[in-house]
Amino acid sequence: MRYTVMAYRTEPKTLVSDYSSEPFFDELFGQDGARVDACKGLVRGLETLDLRAFKQRTKAVDQELRNLGITFTVYKNAKQIDRVLPFDAIPRIITADEWQTIEAGVQQRVAALNLFLDDIYNAQTVFKDGVLPAALALKNSNYRPEMQGRTLPFGTWVNICGTDLVRGGDGAFYVLEDNARTPSGVSYVVENRHLTQRTFPDLMRNIKVRPVSDYGQRLIEGLSQMWPGGADAAEVALLSPGVYNSAYFEHVFLAREMGVPLVEGRDLRVEDDIVYMKTTAGLQRLNVIYRRIDDDFLDPKVFRKDSLLGVPGIMQAFSKGNVILANAVGTGVADDKAIYAYMPRIIRHFLGEDPILNNVETHICREPDALQYTLDNLENLVVKPVGESGGYGVVIGPKASKKLLNETRQKLKKNPSNFISQPVLQLSTCPTLTKSGVEPRHVDLRPFAITGESTWVLPGGLTRVALKKGSLVVNSSQGGGSKDTWVLA
Amino acid sequence: MHNLLSRQAAAVFWMARQVERANNVARILDVTASFSRDETSTQPWQAVIDLYNDADLFAQRYAEATPENVLQFYILDADNPNSILNNVSFARENARALRPLLSTEMWTQLNVFHSTLHGVKKSHIRDEKVADFCAMVKRSCQTHSGLVSETMFRDEEWYFYCIGNALERADQTTRLVDVKYHLLLPTSNPVGSQIDISQWNAVLRSAAGFQAYRRVHHRGLTGKKVAAFLLLDRRFPRSVCATSVQACDLLQTLIQLYDLPGGDAVLSQMKALALQARDADIESIIDGGMHEWIDDVQKDIAGITIALGDAFFADADTA
Repeated sequence: MRYTVMAYRTEPKTLVSDYSSEPFFDELFGQDGARVDACKGLVRGLETLDLRAFKQRTKAVDQELRNLGITFTVYKNAKQIDRVLPFDAIPRIITADEWQTIEAGVQQRVAALNLFLDDIYNAQTVFKDGVLPAALALKNSNYRPEMQGRTLPFGTWVNICGTDLVRGGDGAFYVLEDNARTPSGVSYVVENRHLTQRTFPDLMRNIKVRPVSDYGQRLIEGLSQMWPGGADAAEVALLSPGVYNSAYFEHVFLAREMGVPLVEGRDLRVEDDIVYMKTTAGLQRLNVIYRRIDDDFLDPKVFRKDSLLGVPGIMQAFSKGNVILANAVGTGVADDKAIYAYMPRIIRHFLGEDPILNNVETHICREPDALQYTLDNLENLVVKPVGESGGYGVVIGPKASKKLLNETRQKLKKNPSNFISQPVLQLSTCPTLTKSGVEPRHVDLRPFAITGESTWVLPGGLTRVALKKGSLVVNSSQGGGSKDTWVLA
Repeated sequence: MHNLLSRQAAAVFWMARQVERANNVARILDVTASFSRDETSTQPWQAVIDLYNDADLFAQRYAEATPENVLQFYILDADNPNSILNNVSFARENARALRPLLSTEMWTQLNVFHSTLHGVKKSHIRDEKVADFCAMVKRSCQTHSGLVSETMFRDEEWYFYCIGNALERADQTTRLVDVKYHLLLPTSNPVGSQIDISQWNAVLRSAAGFQAYRRVHHRGLTGKKVAAFLLLDRRFPRSVCATSVQACDLLQTLIQLYDLPGGDAVLSQMKALALQARDADIESIIDGGMHEWIDDVQKDIAGITIALGDAFFADADTA
């Protein structure tokens, strides 16, 4: 018997020996030769690990995340559940060349977004020059007439921007969405790197990866620059909705990294149009606030009257220039999917350049031809409601039931302006640990850009991964996880 | 630089009190369990309820002060704000609000302690296991204290932490003495009997003071001596004297160092308590009535807590 065992013993399988991502572009084994070369260090590292050891280490990471309370909160049946964002330990690689394109593309996009926002609240050349229909911006629920006539230091409305990118079957990156309000997830970028460094140091050996740890310092620099009284005189705080907010961990993280107070609405008071926080020594002034509260809840005197999270009078203080709010009020127009569709035209209008990063092909259903096309090809398209976030209400044609398709058709006909449609993307994949070994899973990428006087992009960004086989939905609220993202130096 | 947010000052003060309270509840349950084993009456368990003035709440929820019921009530009962589970949950909620100010180690330890308690089932706190459980709680609270002293940045929040911790300790010690002094003495057991001695022995042990007491009094164990030791010995870290003098010094330093206006009223209240505890002698306390003296101290602590709120916590929600 013993001999038989010996005779049948085969080479031990490595983590990736059976891996195949066909027909998708793969982030590790990607088609062209230059990528294969760049990724070979990591592939070699993965080949030295066996599945069981890898699973054990991953389990330890999950426990560590729980112990550290690095969680986001979901609400189910009125119960509060703290969830860990699953961390997949196989990193996603971006080569130096790829990063150059992404960085320039994001900087261009942010520049255009800021010019666009300044324009729609002031000169409105985009409407006059017919770049997009005025109603699309002005009737948008995120357009804030209160901001008309406002100019901001350096013309910066969007201080923190998250640009969602996907990579198509052709290996190129496309913009899927702009997040110009309060993009979240950057804390995971930094924490994921820490996790890799602690738990999988052997994978990083001999690979030069650009650091991500200075995000907090860049952020406070960018925010402080916004204070007209001089960066040294800036008194910065981070305004959070509080411990029950799903992103509270990130608020803590950012306040800590910047070394600034983490305040809630109830900690602040406005007197004579100046914003103060309540401290043990009485009221103390703030002049730059990184607010993680949506416009709607910011000031019950101006927006939603029932908001208990906000600060009465803060808009008046902002209008008088006594406080900087980052991001500025009214930036939500720009990250609406209805405006997204026009972004390539907006970039050309303001910068006279072609977009470095293209949009995903998008049909604007308010335009009759696009609506007809969408109705005719519904089973092959992804239909997205405008003005939603978190992946809710998205209908993926090829996966939808007949019933759902019919309902969607009715909705489209009834209110076409509420929708855009896009082809089903051949989202790229990345090797990911699953119950049955390492398999391809679809990923996206959200780089983060900080803008004060100029724009800095954090090398890498948040790679979200759809953990369900074949799924394209990467949102954390719907079964997504995340990966460490390595930009090679 | 700016001062500490009022809300966070309140949160850190209460976090300290809640952890200290959890620690003391565990001490009292542990001692009650181990010294009541040879008894058939439920009287020692009733005493725990009286100690915390919880008779009404307990009666609403349980028929009888059996060991099982009292342990359940003070360990896992989610409807008892004073249960160990709730104290630690509140402390962790406060720690969440304080997270930017706490070391990762401090936060992680409290977070893990909290999830450990959530995994505890009724069967884990039965008679024969309760000593282990209480040891775990004490150890976790002590680890917390160790992390405070080792990793907490000694800025304003540290002062509020230490003041909260000292005040809670003083309060818990008075409760311990009060209940034993007034509920045990008038029973059928004559003063100085075996049962009386073993009860005072238990009190000293629950406050981790037995050995220290022996260094002061080589012979004899009387209610009077034990009470004097626990309340007034300035060297004993849980005494009212030691804790109130400490809280007073800390408050004075805090106000000076951080230039806090509005602290005058609370400081003079705190000074009065510290002087009272420092200068008191046990004879006059007993002459004036032990219960009355203790009642006054507890009222002073409650008054100081309110005055701290008025002076520094603005209108922040507390507890």
